[in-house]
Parts: sequence; C-alpha cells; structure tokens
Amino acid sequence: MERNNKTIGKVAGIIANLVIVEVDGPVAQNEICFIQHPESNLMAEVIKILGKNVYVQVFESTRGLKIGTNVEFEGHLLEVTLGPGILSSTYDGLQNDLNKMEGVFLKRGDYTDPLNREKKWDFTPIAKAGDAVVAGDWLGEVPENGMPHRILVPFKLEGSYTVKSVVAAGEYTVDEEIAVITDEEGNDIKLTMVQKWPVKKAVKTYKEKPRPFKLLQTGTRTMDTLNPIVEGGTGFIPGPFGTGKTVLQHSISKFADADIVIIAACGERANEVVEIFTEFPELEDPKTGRKLMERTTIIANTSNMPVAAREASVYTAMALGEYYRAMGLKVLLMADSTSRWAQALREMSNRLEELPGPDAFPMDLTAIITSFYARAGFVYLNNGESGSITFIGTVSPAGGNLKEPVTESTRKAARCFYGLNQTRADGKRYPAIDPIDSYSKYLEYPEVVENLKETIGENWLDNVNKAKTLLLRGKEAQEQINILGDDGVPLEFHERFWNSELVDAVILQQDSFDKVDANCPLHRQKFMLEKVLDVTEMKFSFDSFEDVNVYFKRIINTFKQMNYSEWESDTFKTYSEELEGIIKERLN
Amino acid sequence: METQAFQKVYTKITNLTKATVTLTATDVGNEEMALVHGRMAQVVKIMKDEVILQVFEGTEGIPTNAEVVFLGRPPQIKVGEQLAGRFFNAFGDPIDGGPDVDGKVIDTGGPSVNPVRRKQPSDLIATGIAGIDLNNSLVTGQKIPFFADPDQPYNQVMANVALRAEADKIILGGMGLSNDDYLYFKNVFDNAGALDRIVSFVNTTDDAPVERLLIPDMALSAAEYFAEEKQEKVLVLLTDMTLFADALSIVSNRMDQIPSKDSMPGSLYSDLARIYEKAVQFPHGGSITIIAVTTLNGGDITHAIPDNTGYITEGQLFLRMDSDVGKVIVDPFRSLSRLKQLVIGKQTREDHPQVMNAAIRLYADAANAKTKQDNGFDLSDYDERTLKFAKEYSEQILAIDINIDTEKMLDTTWDLFQDNFKREEVVVRQEFVDKYWKE
Repeated sequence: MERNNKTIGKVAGIIANLVIVEVDGPVAQNEICFIQHPESNLMAEVIKILGKNVYVQVFESTRGLKIGTNVEFEGHLLEVTLGPGILSSTYDGLQNDLNKMEGVFLKRGDYTDPLNREKKWDFTPIAKAGDAVVAGDWLGEVPENGMPHRILVPFKLEGSYTVKSVVAAGEYTVDEEIAVITDEEGNDIKLTMVQKWPVKKAVKTYKEKPRPFKLLQTGTRTMDTLNPIVEGGTGFIPGPFGTGKTVLQHSISKFADADIVIIAACGERANEVVEIFTEFPELEDPKTGRKLMERTTIIANTSNMPVAAREASVYTAMALGEYYRAMGLKVLLMADSTSRWAQALREMSNRLEELPGPDAFPMDLTAIITSFYARAGFVYLNNGESGSITFIGTVSPAGGNLKEPVTESTRKAARCFYGLNQTRADGKRYPAIDPIDSYSKYLEYPEVVENLKETIGENWLDNVNKAKTLLLRGKEAQEQINILGDDGVPLEFHERFWNSELVDAVILQQDSFDKVDANCPLHRQKFMLEKVLDVTEMKFSFDSFEDVNVYFKRIINTFKQMNYSEWESDTFKTYSEELEGIIKERLN
Repeated sequence: METQAFQKVYTKITNLTKATVTLTATDVGNEEMALVHGRMAQVVKIMKDEVILQVFEGTEGIPTNAEVVFLGRPPQIKVGEQLAGRFFNAFGDPIDGGPDVDGKVIDTGGPSVNPVRRKQPSDLIATGIAGIDLNNSLVTGQKIPFFADPDQPYNQVMANVALRAEADKIILGGMGLSNDDYLYFKNVFDNAGALDRIVSFVNTTDDAPVERLLIPDMALSAAEYFAEEKQEKVLVLLTDMTLFADALSIVSNRMDQIPSKDSMPGSLYSDLARIYEKAVQFPHGGSITIIAVTTLNGGDITHAIPDNTGYITEGQLFLRMDSDVGKVIVDPFRSLSRLKQLVIGKQTREDHPQVMNAAIRLYADAANAKTKQDNGFDLSDYDERTLKFAKEYSEQILAIDINIDTEKMLDTTWDLFQDNFKREEVVVRQEFVDKYWKE
C-alpha cells in the first residue's frame, strides 16, 4: 500500500508502548507513523483500528508522552532499504545503522540511514536496452566485499518492463540513476541502486521454488553427518538455557558453506552480539580467505532494546535475506531466539486485551511462525540461476519443556530439529544435540539422498545409519547395565555401550573453542566416521568389563587427539599410527 | 518539599484500588512521578483526560479528596561521590540517619547502551572461590545470578564476593531484605573497612513491596554514573530478584493484565532483561558487573522467574550442600559462566580450560558411581577412585570457605589427578599432561 497524503492524528491514550491515536482520515493496518514527541519523533506501527481510534505499537519508550501530541501517518508499511553496503553492517531491528549513532547510549528516536550515500560503487551493467524485464531481474552488478551484488529491478514493480537504458560501467553512488525502464503504457521509470520493500511481505519474484536438495555443510559433525540441513532448508534448535544454543549458532554462522550470513540477535544478550563484532572481523572465511565479517550482516535488537522493534527485527533480517537470494546467492539466516519474538507478540496481544491462547500467547502464533519459516527456501530465478535462504532459528522453551507453544508451533514449520539435551550439556558433551531425538526430514527426500551419495560417497548413508544404530543400541545397553549392574550383563553389553561412547566422543562431540576441532569439513567427517565404524566392527578379546572400559578409553583418547590435530599433519598421522598400534594389541 | 507554588493541585480522585488511583487531569506525561496524599506515585496509564497512577506504598487511607501533585519528571536520583558509604531507600532518601546528599540529578531507567559501543568483556574478576574462579570464572561486564534455595547462605556468599572482588565501587540493591539481613550487610561492610566504596539501596520487608520495583533502576543508574562518567569498575549486587519479580506480578495483577506462566506478567522477560542488560564493559575501562540472587521454590528452576533469568544472564551459579564433606560448594554440574571462555587459558594458565573440563568429567563419573553404589551394585576399581577424587575435590577445591588463587587451584587439581588416576584416564591434551604431570 502506498498513499501520498499524510493522515494526521492526535494521541488519545497511552499504555506502556501501546498508544491510541484519534485520526481523521485513512489509515492502513501495519502503516508506519511518527509520534511528534517534543524530544524526538517516535516511530510506531498500526496494529489495530477501531473506528476513529488507531492502536499503534511504539518502537521506543513512551516516557513523558502526553495526550494530544500530533501523530503523522507515513502512508507506507515498515520497510527496509535495499542496496549495496548492507554487508558487514550492524543494524537495529528497524534497520538503523548502529555504527552511525552518536554517543554511548541509544537515543530515543535516533533513526540513521542504513546505506552509505557517498560511497562510489564499481558498476558493471548486465541488462541492455531493449531487454524485457520484471521485478527481481538483474540490471547490473557491483562488487560488495568480494560478493557480486546485483542491482535488481525493484521488487515493488508489478507487470513487465522494457529496459530503455543502462548506464555504462563506472563508479556511481547508490542514489545515482543507473537505468531507465519503460512500463507497458510507455512511462519511463528511473532506477537507482536503492529500493524499498515492506518487511512483513515475502518477496516472490523468483520463477520456481523446488524442494531443496543440496547439502549445506555447517562444519558441525553431529549436524552434517547425522541430520544434515540443506541449502534453502529450515531448522530449529530448542534447548533449555545453558545447553549451548548460542555457541552452536555462532559456530554454524562461522563455518557454514554460505555466501552471506545474516544474524538476527532477537531479544538476546548484548554481549553475544559484541562477541560477533569482536571475533568475526578477525576470523577468516574458510572459503574466500576474506574476513568473516565481510559476508555477515547483524540485526541486533538485544533484549533491552524496545520490544516492538524486536518483533520487527526477524522480518527485517528475512527481507534482507530475500534481497540477497534474488541475486543468486546462498544466504544463511540465523535467528536467536524466535521465542523472544513470540514473547514480543504476546506482550502486545496482552496490551490489546485479546483473548489469549495457550500460555497467554496469541491464538495465531502457529500461523505467524509457519508463514515466517515458509519465506526460506531454495529458488530458481527468472534467469535460471539459483539462490537460497537457509533458516535456522533457536527456541528457548520455558522451563526447558518442549511441550510449550513456541516449540510446538515451530516443530510444525521447521524440517530439521536439533534438540539440545540438558543431560548431555551437564556432562559437557557439546554440542549437546540429542542424537536420538533430533531429526532431519530432508533425509526422507530422494533428491537429498541422491545428492549426499554424489557429494560424499555411495555408502555414506549406510554408514550414517550404522552410527545411529550403534548409538541406539549403546543407549539400550547402558540402561541394562544400570538396571542389572556391571556384572549382571554379558560382556557384549559393555562393548555395545563403549562402541556408542566411541561414536559419541569422536563424531558427536566437538570442541568449538579449539582452533582445529571447531570446524570439520565433510571429507574429514567422512574419514573419521569410517575410521570409527572400522573400530566398532572389530572383534577384540576382553577379560572383564573393566578391561573394556580401560581399552576403549585409550582408543577414544587417541581419536580425540586426532580431532584436535590439523588434518593430515604429522601429529595427525602419529596419532593415527598410535591408534593402529592400540587396535593390534587386542585383535583376535 | 517537592511541591512548588505554581503546580496545579488536583483533589478529586475518581477511582481507588489497592495500588492505583484514577483522576481527571491534563498535560500529564507517561511514567511521570506524582505525590498522592504525600506518597510517591507514578503514571502508568492515560486514557484521554483520565490518568491512572500507581501508588508505591499502597493506597490505604487515601481519601477521594486527597491532594495529587504531578512532579513533571520521571523517577530520578542524585548521583555523586557523596553516595559512597551511604544507605538509601527505594526513592533515594537516606535511611542511615545521615544528611541528604548533593549531586547531579539524573533520570533512572535510562536508555540502553548501543551494542556497537560496548567492548567485549575480557577482565577476570577473581573471587578466591574455586567453584567460581576455576570452574565458572567471572568477567567484568558480566551478569550472573546465584540460584539458591531460601535456606542457603547466599547473602553471606554475596558479601564475601563483594569484599574479595577487585572493584572500585560496589552497589548493593536489596529488595525485600529482612531487617536482619540489611544489618548483616551493613556490619560486614563496616567491619571490613570497605564502606567507602559501597553504596546501598535497600528495600526491607518493613517497606511496601511495590517500592522494590524502583531499587534496580536506582542501583543501576548510580552504577552507570560511576562506570561511565568516572570510568570505574562497578560491581552491582542485587538480592533478591525473585522478590522483585513478585512485586511485578502484584502490579500486573492489580492492573488486570492476563498472567502468563506461573502468574507472572507476560513481559517478565523484558522487565528482567532491562535490568540485567545494564551490565556492560565500556571501551574506556569502566564496567558494570551484576551478581544477583534468585531464590528458588523447592529448587525448581523451571519456574518462570529463574527460567527467564537463565535466558538473560550469562550463566548461573548454584550452591549445594555436599553431604559427603559437610560443606557448601558451588555445584560444578549446574553452574555455568558463559563468559569464562574469554579469560580462561588467556588471563589464567594455559591448561585451565582442559583441567577444568577433565575434573568435571571425572566428578560426573563419580556421581554415576554413587548412583551405582546407592542401587547396591559392586563398584569397580575406577568407580572407587572417582569417588575418592570427588570427595577430595569437594573438600580441597570446591568448598566456598576455601580462598586460594587460580594457579593454586590448578596445581591442586593436577595433584588430585595424579593421586587417583592414570594419565590416559584424565583425557587432557597431551602437551599439558607432559608439562604438568609430575613424574
């Protein structure tokens, strides 16, 4: 919706960040307005209209606000500004550039430009005069931190157009005209590198959205090996506090095989965002050799920032992701945590005095979450290229109970489930992803199975299944041992248990604070899994269960040292040989 | 005293509830302070010309013709060096019999720090308690609560931490403290001769519970003054945050809000985060570190208060009575300091992370062995050794009355490893075993 005449209203009621505005004129649902507080304009979004009373949620503190204050409605929805310069920026939930704000403390009503308007970009045309184009088509490109940033026909333009002219290759600012296109009625439309898009609306300018099929390597063994996620896939990580959600998320965003990483820190700790600011500019992208920060954009709406902007932040992140996907790039979008977003919805629903659903969450929670996850995906663009948004959200279930509304709703929306297990975390078995309860629905897709066989190996999935079976049987054996005692079960049970411990220690557990072990590429995962399975298939001779314990501990110790050593380094080889030695001792 | 001649006085209250009064007034700002019948109150809702005020002390005895004066300002505090050594109530008035303080007036509950202007916390705060320094090291700019049962000595531990930690200022925010606990803190600080660097804001059980809501803002505004303007290392102690949250639920209940989990307001997470997120490391060296206490109900950490707290804070510390050694320890399993990775092995000795993990793993093995023992099974030789290790570990390292430095903690742990285990049983990086395992 776009409207040119501004509607004016006056504040008639204030309840925390819910403000009631009396208006005389047209107003749209979700329209943006500014409350003209004497100190500074406060941005707000329409969430309900009852007659002349418009209910708006204010994205800032309403302290000191008085009845009768003027309100100006902007005639558009909450929008993001799209153009080169987004990468390596840090925005708040409303896409204000946090680095451009002055002072240590955030000032209410301080809105900053998300783009650099002065910087010149090295533009190369792609389209030429006479080309027929539609929204989302590529007109040209500029290099942005080594990534090809395509300049697109604005998403908002409906219908088809003809390119009238594209400027020659050269240096341009984002606001300079780079192309003119003509619509079906013959009207010329001048285009710059900048466009706007309402965040809550999905960008659908692609040609086709097939089922995702390509593995997305994350570098985390327990995910890639056991329950892989795919390019354009969706996953979620629920876990009680202290089970390592954030560490896992950071690890994925560091090492995942993506072109662009967008991190939405939604209602979480500010220090975690600071960790990203501090570490990512230092770390190298394993793929391009550039700094990780250069491919990363952070949406930081930490828990002490205004609640309503927290709700907007995940949408802002998704809209930015869709923009880069339309350029044919692989986008990884991480949101930590979607529960905080749901809580923001709950706070507002509560102030609106809506009838509550379970745990006082709004009734349409599932619908909201599902339609958000649906915006991720792998797409073919009109020009045949492909792009993807892989979305992984964390969920912070109240009391660690997975039967709460946000977890249950998310389970319906996401295809990969990485449940973090308190017992594993207590035993410092990190990442604490439960190997038995977690799942990847993508393993049921024949196209994914095909892709795994092609990229990793023909018998890869058989091996993975063997590992899963070992874990399951190990768990059963452990239960038996716990019930009947060490001496009360056959020796074989101990071997079964220790085989699963071996898989657990070497494949599942990974030290994300160790330089080497933090990232495990696929070929290394394959090597280690095969090596571990070899050992589990050997027949050793043991005298007693203690014998089994001691022997397996030695094997595990050596395997661990291998995980800590550089791939194929001398130390790695030494431990590998040491392992052979230990194995030979006991072989029948 | 705060009334001024030209201020308009309202004398017609239309509605009165236990906690709120409603009247018709104009030109009133949201969250503005007012005096109702001489009691402090704050604007919580405005509908047209109808203003609802929350009276902190409660509305008992307020007549419908009581005087209502709007002060034209949000809650404020006077800050300055004179605060040091003093005790104040929730409104910032002295309760120690001393004179009023002079200083700069600032609004409390101010805006948050721009995340990009923060610095990553990187300074270790040593406390001498191994359960903290060795296993859950604290870092300046961190926020961490003790999850404690009401009968545990959490206030004593807090006082200990306050005295041992190297901080320029210590700010105590006491909410619902019993008068005895208030006097305990006062005595301990006094006797340690530390009073000149301590500022206290205290709401005791003698005061109205709703007044507690102002304490964290008061304490943290003062902390911000010292940390930002004076660039000092400030440690803020908040006890007990459960009683703060209880006050929130009282207010939300009286405002007819729909409660969410455990009768708590739906905004509990945001309300708590607003407080804890004041913990910050500034680039210029000043910092605010928050150590809080959240008392539990029968050890239930799934209750909304500890649960939401756990998601906000950077870890949590549990106290536990170890019946095998008869001492209170910081529980190594459930306690966690999220920021420890920033300092351990960097500001402390290189083997710190691995030794810490190995010891906890062996301690976990001991717990399994104990379960086996309790179920009447025979223990293996390894089990016996882990049990012996666990006992010594509790006694010589974890007990909160032990006060040693981190280096000594690591050395003692290596000694215990050697006394009880073989090299390969501890699973520590080979280079450290080579270096620290004595022949």
